[in-house]
Amino acid sequence: MQSHQNFLIPKRHIREFMQNNEISYSSSINEALKYSMKKDKNMICYGLGVTDPKEIFSTTKDLVKIFGSKRVFDVPTSENVLTGISIGAALNNVRSVVSHQRLDFFLLAMDQLVNSAAKWHYMFGSKASVPITIRLIIGRGWGQGPTHSQNLQSWFNHIPGLKVVMPTFANDARDALISSIFDPNPVLFLEHRWLHENKEKKIKIGKIKKIKSKICSKGKDITIVSTSYLTIEALRAAKFLKKNYNISAEIIDLISIKPLDLNTILKSVKKTKNLIVADTGFSTGSIASDIIYEVMNSNKKSIVKSFPKKIAMPDVPEPTSYGLTKNFYVGANKITDEVLKILNIKKNKELILKEPIPHDVPGNWFKGPF
Amino acid sequence: MNKKIITELFKEVFRTRTVEEEIAKRYKDGHMRCPTHLSIGQEAVPAALSLIMRKNDFAVSSHRAHAHYLAKGGSLKRMIAEIYGKETGCSKGKGGSMHLIDLASNFMGSTAIVGNTIPIGVGLGLSSIIKNKKQFSFIFFGDGAVEEGVFYESVNFAIVKKLPVIFICENNFYSVYSPLEVRQPKKRKIHKMVSGLGIRSFYNESDDPYVLYKFLEKKIDFNNFNSGPYFFEFKNYRWREHCGPNYDNDIGYRKKNEFEYWIKKDPLIKIKRRLNFLSKKKIEFLEKKIKKEITDAFSYAESSKFPNPKEAYKGVYAK
Repeated sequence: MQSHQNFLIPKRHIREFMQNNEISYSSSINEALKYSMKKDKNMICYGLGVTDPKEIFSTTKDLVKIFGSKRVFDVPTSENVLTGISIGAALNNVRSVVSHQRLDFFLLAMDQLVNSAAKWHYMFGSKASVPITIRLIIGRGWGQGPTHSQNLQSWFNHIPGLKVVMPTFANDARDALISSIFDPNPVLFLEHRWLHENKEKKIKIGKIKKIKSKICSKGKDITIVSTSYLTIEALRAAKFLKKNYNISAEIIDLISIKPLDLNTILKSVKKTKNLIVADTGFSTGSIASDIIYEVMNSNKKSIVKSFPKKIAMPDVPEPTSYGLTKNFYVGANKITDEVLKILNIKKNKELILKEPIPHDVPGNWFKGPF
Repeated sequence: MNKKIITELFKEVFRTRTVEEEIAKRYKDGHMRCPTHLSIGQEAVPAALSLIMRKNDFAVSSHRAHAHYLAKGGSLKRMIAEIYGKETGCSKGKGGSMHLIDLASNFMGSTAIVGNTIPIGVGLGLSSIIKNKKQFSFIFFGDGAVEEGVFYESVNFAIVKKLPVIFICENNFYSVYSPLEVRQPKKRKIHKMVSGLGIRSFYNESDDPYVLYKFLEKKIDFNNFNSGPYFFEFKNYRWREHCGPNYDNDIGYRKKNEFEYWIKKDPLIKIKRRLNFLSKKKIEFLEKKIKKEITDAFSYAESSKFPNPKEAYKGVYAK
């Protein structure tokens, strides 16, 4: 918890030099990959651009130098075959981490993911398993537009046999990636592009643990469950609400989407009696909808004082133009408004939670192109 | 030596044929309750490969996989039990005829979606390079799979990475009931087109398992593990309907004379003719022994229990 303190004072516009005791999200991914490849001498790591000069936003930095081109390699632009290959290799106990610079390209691999990876263990009577980790970078802003910005975690959430992880903070990302790699099942690991430069105090790598949700800000008035980048926005909203309305929000960073850590959520909601779920995906069929159903169906009908709220992206493709995306993204303001509504507190129009300018980047460090 | 090979080829073809005929005969009883694609008429290629593939080599296949599974050494009784949906089945009743596995013989899996296991077989080839175990990966598929994008992705990847992968295309002219002429240009030769990708590509149209065996033995160099992949195209013919136990020439998607032409090319007759060094009595003895094994496999399947219904909810995730 302590390690997330710096996010309570968001520094979205300042790209600081990383200090020795700090770790950025992208370097945490890099560290997890190095750690895992050292631990498992057969593990391989590939994907388009893994060894190119940009090294998937520096996340695969130096891997080929350390582990060699047999285990770390660039590939043909063939998302479906890459997924199938990871399955075949897994059947012979060779673990893969496959990286995709945008989730949208991975949509070409649905046959291998859904028909094979997810079902192999089940449909062959538990005789074999498929330990693969598929890194999918998601995002928004800078004109990523309709086909470079999709947050489709709910698709994968729908498929039995898959696990879905979306960490927000650097240490969690590193630990969750290691845990995903050594999981005997296929794991979709979703990294938000807007998180790659976020830093926090580095914690040492500990034992490999089950991935769970995490309370990253304690509170008593309302529970905000959020995923990935929206957790950063939820923390901004919480700070604003505390300062201006004396509302204390408890924020749960979901981290593991599937399996869902319902207990952590229920425990919090039982205390706060109010719930908002903020999801980076489209509204219809979202993970937020599912979580709200699970909470309401938890045999504690009086669990909430008023019906929970869902915050998600509107059911339209993300437009490209800077002009069109103004006020398009859901974030701290939307969360703040919904909290006030749910708690029946009148909004003071003079109190404004300033949106960062420009609205389409995570900070001034981001100069595009993707 | 040749005598031994011919005898083994005969046994393999006869066994596969008799298994499939027995499934067809009993299918109407309603105990094999899953889509079942029979290999009757298509035994030559798998039989030849049964003597080519080494125990440690990997194999994967598609929806019509019985012959490949058996050729790789998969357990017969566990396959029949799987088709019956029994707990003793190779996939414990969760897969059925289209999802066969036998890890003891490195038959790594067959699946139902056209082209689906092609990249998986390539991945097995890649893992073999990583582990340096010198195992080859055999991938069985049909002419329909050549129309799937993943086929080209897979061949390309195997070439680029020089993987020990052997692509086996059994061209039986039909994708379900759709003939090649509505699916591919008329003059196309699949093996020629594929060779354009830069892979060693071979073709043989024989129905004689012995001819195919000699052909494959000559072409595949097992001593050269790093020489890259191979592609083979063979022609064969499915005698019965696409899926199920019956003949279906009455529904009009293929001509009677085409069917009769292929029946005459029966791989079982072809290999049996070569058995002239064995007495009739000896052949009958071999056949009887195989028939007994098959009857026993069906008894095993029929007398096995269904899995507990609670098992349906288990095994979604590996622990």
